[in-house]
Amino acid sequence: MKSGRFWAWVVFIVGAAYFFIPLLATVEFSLRMRRGVHSFDAYQIVLGDPRFQATFLYSVIAAVFTIILGVLVVVPTAYWIRLRLPQLRPIVEFITLLPLVIPAIVIVFGYIRMYGSNSPLPFLGSNMGANALLVIGYATLALPYMYRAVDTGLRTIDVRTLTEAAQILGAGWGTIIGRVILPNVLIAVLSGAFLTFAIVIGEFTMASLLNRPAFGPYLQNIGANRAYEPAALAVIAFAITWGCMSLIQILSRFAPKSANRPN
Amino acid sequence: MADPFLSIQHVRKSFGATTVVEDFNLDVERGEFVSFLGPSGCGKTTVLRMVAGFEEPSAGTIVVGGKDITKLRPNQRNVGMVFQAYALFPNLTVAQNIGFGLKVAGMPRADIDARVTEMLGIIKLPQMADRYPYQLSGGQQQRIALARAIAPKPKLLLLDEPLSALDAKVRVSLREEIRSIQKKLGITTIFVTHDQEEALSISDRIAVMYGGKAEQVGTPFEIYNRPATKFVANFVGTLNVLEGTVTDAAAGTVRVNSEQVSLKGKLNGSKSGDTLSLALRPEAISLGRQPGRDSSLSGEISEVHFLGSVIRVRVGIGGSTVSLDTFNSPATPPPAVGEKAEISFSSSDMLVLH
Repeated sequence: MKSGRFWAWVVFIVGAAYFFIPLLATVEFSLRMRRGVHSFDAYQIVLGDPRFQATFLYSVIAAVFTIILGVLVVVPTAYWIRLRLPQLRPIVEFITLLPLVIPAIVIVFGYIRMYGSNSPLPFLGSNMGANALLVIGYATLALPYMYRAVDTGLRTIDVRTLTEAAQILGAGWGTIIGRVILPNVLIAVLSGAFLTFAIVIGEFTMASLLNRPAFGPYLQNIGANRAYEPAALAVIAFAITWGCMSLIQILSRFAPKSANRPN
Repeated sequence: MADPFLSIQHVRKSFGATTVVEDFNLDVERGEFVSFLGPSGCGKTTVLRMVAGFEEPSAGTIVVGGKDITKLRPNQRNVGMVFQAYALFPNLTVAQNIGFGLKVAGMPRADIDARVTEMLGIIKLPQMADRYPYQLSGGQQQRIALARAIAPKPKLLLLDEPLSALDAKVRVSLREEIRSIQKKLGITTIFVTHDQEEALSISDRIAVMYGGKAEQVGTPFEIYNRPATKFVANFVGTLNVLEGTVTDAAAGTVRVNSEQVSLKGKLNGSKSGDTLSLALRPEAISLGRQPGRDSSLSGEISEVHFLGSVIRVRVGIGGSTVSLDTFNSPATPPPAVGEKAEISFSSSDMLVLH
């Protein structure tokens, strides 16, 4: 028993070291900009760079629109599949997994061919169109995570009975989704939203090939031309991602509890 | 019944090639409490769901208060329903749950608050308004679900096995509470259950269902004492079934295990020599000869179960076994297995199963 515990700790420490040593090395390197001392110069330069602010803001806005689009598409779909079309579930699950199998570069080349300025739907003919296409592309990339998060949330409630209980009390579909279903899967939706946010903030391929001023291409550009700033940016991006994950954990404590799962 | 409040006429429901409800007919008077009783898969919940609007009948009509509601959506029917799984909204407090239907109907806030307070008083949980469903016991949750269903003053109340998920003690107290609230409000109620004791104890009438049809509709007394079919006789209550042979159809005599029993007026066209299934309730049988009992059969005691206030005795008679209950008496020891015994009964209590 004691030996088993010892080896469990060894495995845990090796795993933690594999994860944390590169991270600590990156943090340490990002602090070495000033010769001989540790300083936050690299962070000051990065945070003071107007291109950082502009690209970060662009990606945040793109993330917000991606989340809205994802929620509007995924929540009603997952709800309807659970309520009325459970036989279609394997097909929908397969479709939502496709973005994990098809590389982003293939998707974006498809977009460029389909929605170029000479096509019947010339999304790429204007800046707004290209921005919209980027958001649609991001929503596609985030689909596996958003769908699974929402579907898991729906699994924790009795969708059919709650829907029927609301219907018999006079509620229409809007009220049922808005006042009964969505509040009960809100934490799952937020989990999906934060995962989407994390994906969008660091995404490079789509933004670069659609020539959008997003944070991902900026990261790559800085990485190719500077020494210490990319490390500082990597740490900042990591902190944002971790912040999102922590928020998911905190918010999950406020999830509505069912009688079956009191704690 | 001149003008039924709820009229279900020739209703049929098929799912693909499978027909789960066949030509179901029932008229329910205003304020009546009717139970659908039957085994799993008999179609009782499907009929209830068709009345609620969750399933559309393949044929037939459902009329409530003179209005055909067959094609209406559930939210247009003004029907209240309590579900087996409570179905309280986990994100809303008790007060918000009860007020949900009123808010959807656009009732002013002050009126909603007043009605919610009134409902909490009716279900005797006035202090629970701010609790969430997960903070309540199963019995409390089901009472809140009942309050939520009746708060909008529905024309009809549907109860879909509302007591099944509760423990035995709560089940008994809650069923009495449901009946008392139903009587107080005078609301027409359909109650679905597979528990015969529940149905017998609280219903004005019972529809016993089997194979998608109503086998018999009647008062609990009629259903128990005068079952119309073999299924009803077997399903409701405990029944001892004996084989008998008609010895003289005109005189109404039947031979059971070499003894003659008179069943005058009950043979319903049977001929001499016909074999009949005869049934007796355990409480209609006494151990030993008793005054006022005109028939008796001899056998041997095969089992004795001491249950406290009652002793359940099983007596082997020919190839059959008859079960009967006697009250425990501290002065008299229970009969022993293997003893010869005589059972007596009134032939008028014997049912002939056709």
